Amino acid sequence: MTAKVSYDDVEVGTELPAQEFPVTRADLVQYAGASGDFNPIHWNEKFAKEVGLPDVIAHGMFTMAEAGRVVTDWAGDPAAVVEYGVRFTKPVVVPNDEKGSAVEVTAKVAAKLDDEARTVRVDIVATSAGQKVLGRARAVVRLA
Amino acid sequence: MALDQSFVGRSYPPTAPYEVGREKIREFAEAINDANPVYFDPEAAKAFDHPDVIAPPTFVFALTFKAAGQQVIEDPQLGLDYSRVVHGDQRFVYSRPLHAGDRVTVTSTIDSIKSLAGNDILSVRGEVHDEAGEHVVTSYTTLVSRAVEAQDTPAAQDAPAAAQDAQAAKDGR
Repeated sequence: MTAKVSYDDVEVGTELPAQEFPVTRADLVQYAGASGDFNPIHWNEKFAKEVGLPDVIAHGMFTMAEAGRVVTDWAGDPAAVVEYGVRFTKPVVVPNDEKGSAVEVTAKVAAKLDDEARTVRVDIVATSAGQKVLGRARAVVRLA
Repeated sequence: MALDQSFVGRSYPPTAPYEVGREKIREFAEAINDANPVYFDPEAAKAFDHPDVIAPPTFVFALTFKAAGQQVIEDPQLGLDYSRVVHGDQRFVYSRPLHAGDRVTVTSTIDSIKSLAGNDILSVRGEVHDEAGEHVVTSYTTLVSRAVEAQDTPAAQDAPAAAQDAQAAKDGR
């Protein structure tokens, strides 16, 4: 577990590089196959609307995976993430066009937790179409 | 209908071992468009002292959710209506990353059952152990079974989160 970021080099408020992740219908079909989550709300527009959704929505776990990349890309070694949690507050709606949707993710160091374990808490903000899609999105990361 | 509180604390037997494969990790990493070489290249993973390619942090959800699905959600005695279930929140606590070659089991436990504004809120813990019996990761999953009468109103989409926020405030989280 060797993060490429040093605990001594970060402080509360340090921002991680922000990223934007595109989400298309094709991404959702591929994620369904890889994850084994074939719930039709993630690929069948008719079904999604029948259960009261505006359109097909992304898997919550897909959004969680993308949001987590801001942390793992920063840390270098994904094993530096010792804890990661989110609340699914709003769906990421993915229209059936070439453009699809996008999740914009920012994150910053919110607390230095333990000088000995060299752990920090990173708070993550994920939005889609101007709305926050994750709540209480936090990771605990062990730095070098 | 509110779920039976007596299920709180119930643990289900460990699942049969799941063998983590390099190509399954590759398939998953490609599906989340993540090109980090530690997911694809054993040498890159070894440079970080991992024995083989490792799995992205959320990979394990497929295992823990399958275990919860087969044991908890479909427990006829519990009586959860899965057609109304949405994923409320998700948290992982890692001892180490999963890597190719791991053979792991999942032990599911019902941590809590709450009823809020007609929504059933079920928290399930999935503990993942390797063949040596060592802890790898614990997955904490909260599922919200939406109230019957609220499901067709547009506001119903936000109701579970609102109900959970109210509970979280009560719990002081």
